[in-house]
Amino acid sequence: MNGPSHGKLVRKLVLLAVGMFGFGFAMWPLYNVFCDLTGLGGRGVKVVESAGELQKSDRQVKIRFDATVNSGLPWIFEAKEKSTMVSLGEMTEATYMAMNPGNEAIVGQAIYNVTPPEASLYFVKTECFCFTEQVLQANETREMPVYYFIQPDLPEHIKEITLSYTFFRNESANAVALATARETDSE
Amino acid sequence: MSIESHDIAHDDHHDHKPSGFLDRWLYTTNHKDIGTLYLVFSLLMFFIGGSMAMVIRAELFMPGLQLVEPEFFNQMTTMHALIMVFGAVMPAWVGFANWMIPMMIGAPDMALPRMNNWSFWILPFAFTMLLSTLFMDSGGPAAGWTLYPPLSLQGGQSFAFVVFAVHMMGISSIMGSINVIATILNMRAPGMTLLKMPLFVWTWLITAFLLIAVMPVLAGAVTMLLTDHFFGTSFFNAAGGGDPVMFQHIFWFFGHPEVYIMILPAFGVVSEIIPTFSRKPLFGYTAMVYATASIAFLSFIVWAHHMFTVGMPLTGELFFMYATMLIAVPTGVKVFNWVSTMWQGSMTFETPMLFAIGFVVLFTIGGLSGLMLAMAAADLQYHDTYFVVAHFHYVLVPGSVFALMAGAYYWLPKWTGHMYSEKWGKIHFWVSAISVNILFFPQHYLGLAGMPRRIPDYSTQFADFNMISSIGGFIFGASQLIFVGVIVHCVYKSRQVATGRVWEGAKGLEWTLSSPPPYHSFNTPPVIDSTTIAHVEEAH
Ligand code: HEM
Ligand SMILES: [Cu+2]
Repeated sequence: MNGPSHGKLVRKLVLLAVGMFGFGFAMWPLYNVFCDLTGLGGRGVKVVESAGELQKSDRQVKIRFDATVNSGLPWIFEAKEKSTMVSLGEMTEATYMAMNPGNEAIVGQAIYNVTPPEASLYFVKTECFCFTEQVLQANETREMPVYYFIQPDLPEHIKEITLSYTFFRNESANAVALATARETDSE
Repeated sequence: MSIESHDIAHDDHHDHKPSGFLDRWLYTTNHKDIGTLYLVFSLLMFFIGGSMAMVIRAELFMPGLQLVEPEFFNQMTTMHALIMVFGAVMPAWVGFANWMIPMMIGAPDMALPRMNNWSFWILPFAFTMLLSTLFMDSGGPAAGWTLYPPLSLQGGQSFAFVVFAVHMMGISSIMGSINVIATILNMRAPGMTLLKMPLFVWTWLITAFLLIAVMPVLAGAVTMLLTDHFFGTSFFNAAGGGDPVMFQHIFWFFGHPEVYIMILPAFGVVSEIIPTFSRKPLFGYTAMVYATASIAFLSFIVWAHHMFTVGMPLTGELFFMYATMLIAVPTGVKVFNWVSTMWQGSMTFETPMLFAIGFVVLFTIGGLSGLMLAMAAADLQYHDTYFVVAHFHYVLVPGSVFALMAGAYYWLPKWTGHMYSEKWGKIHFWVSAISVNILFFPQHYLGLAGMPRRIPDYSTQFADFNMISSIGGFIFGASQLIFVGVIVHCVYKSRQVATGRVWEGAKGLEWTLSSPPPYHSFNTPPVIDSTTIAHVEEAH
């Protein structure tokens, strides 16, 4: 029989499959951009005009503070206050406490999240322990401050906002720390 | 890889099959042989996956931990699902595609015979790799077939084998799909226009496109898990700034079309069988084609109905809820058309028809529980309970698996040239149909009462229904041995010779061939006329 040639069709289909493989990976950055812009991941970012010219508003919202430690990290971590009322546009400080009850230094990394997710677009942290990795020496307890304000254009229907942190063990940093500790020991 | 097809078809015009065992099976490029290989392989996987289900039901027979360790129980639920989905149901449908599509469209073979051989022979390696993880120190995968991080990332080294096995299955499915599409689009006999194709061919064409679109996405998702686990990336690792919920979005972008990959060919088979035994043409052929296409399209925009509980915004919940409910419309059209085909037909109830009717009734129950789950507000209660387990087992077991059984009984005489034992076929049907309900119906109640899925132990209030369910499970499992008995008898022992037509009401090109069909069929394209094909456009 005279078989038709399938080359062209097959090439297109292979291309489709390869394209979809790429699309699978592309979903990762695409979702991230989408979440940043919409705040849906609870970690939205919105460009702030200059922080100095903030207008204070009379409107107040309740901020709750939540603290969680991942099971891989043997620390104690909590918020100093459970909640507070803040005025929109007012720079405020919140304090968390972290303690390492073990007998070796550990590097941790806090990841934050804002609920409702929409509010994350208006929640601006100017300074946060979550921006960098944190080292706690054996038996060290440390206060960890966050400086933040809520942008005055926060939508009306949002009355309460939860700021939540989870502390994780920073595996790669711990490996490095351990190696340097050994080096200093042997000197 | 595409050019070989001609040279192969040339060598053997006569009907002799390669004589050596290896030549016949290992090197074969014949669509009928490869179809048989797929079917036998999937039957084997059906029993391996089934014995894992027996372990699960035995452990759940009574409250408390009696037979297995919880860790092993988790490996059983995970492996059971992976084996059944990727090893039993999907390869079985590819087996049917191989056997039937060329014969149904009047083609001499699949378009790409050598690639066909490859697509099959990858599978035994993939599943050997997957199963071997059970014997490794870190054990098999235990985070559920959905492989959600962070749990799936907390397993041991054997995880790499799981990922590579999934890659291989994916490659196999994609090659199989390319073959199906090339065969259907390029190899139809003259006169076999697209809208004259049997519905089984249509459903497979659409399934093949779904497979090519989503299997690579799964491959990407598991690759990201692999690098998160072994190479320190943080795609889904929250500690490094990744997002575990994003995995769920990517997984279900694959996962929901995947469930339709398992059911669309079933729709096709049932649409072949019901007209035959109702002695009437299929009601609403064109509507069936469009319904299938719209189900396939919609399946891409409903994925987050598996994730109603992750904390989506209200608009998201609403969108995915309505889109999911929309899928019930084309599905309802199908059920309506099957029932209308039977309406006032002169029906007989041979085994394939029994399984097909069982499919229509029981699949519909699964569709309805799906609708309940589609309601976001209700799903917050039902999610991750046995209600979900009941839902998807209704659509998959008396759904896909019954359709596979129906198709096997329907075409077995054509494949082997012998009639199977109608008596034992009917016994197989009735025992299966009754026990499958004893097995899965109580799980609805367990779920509504709050029993979580994937847990080896449970509170005593769930004891009675679990025991009933387990008893149903053992009967269902044992009754599948009847199926094997019927097949073995039909192939080796049956002396009742099948005619070419086999079923007096059967229409379609495959029935114009002898039973069994010649090793190479339709080397010269058949003449298509309205008396030989199943679906003639009604408006003339
Ligand atoms: C009317 C059509 C259907 C609707 C509305 C529907 C709806 C749903 C919903 C909302 C869920 C998520 C439940 C939860 O996790 O809380 C679900 C789960 C599931 N459905 Fe369906 N479904 C339908 C048809 C099907 C079909 C035809 C199949 C397969 C043949 C299927 C297989 C599954 C599976 C396997 C799961 C569970 C996945 C898992 O979590 O492991 N469904 N369905
Ligand atoms: Cu779904």
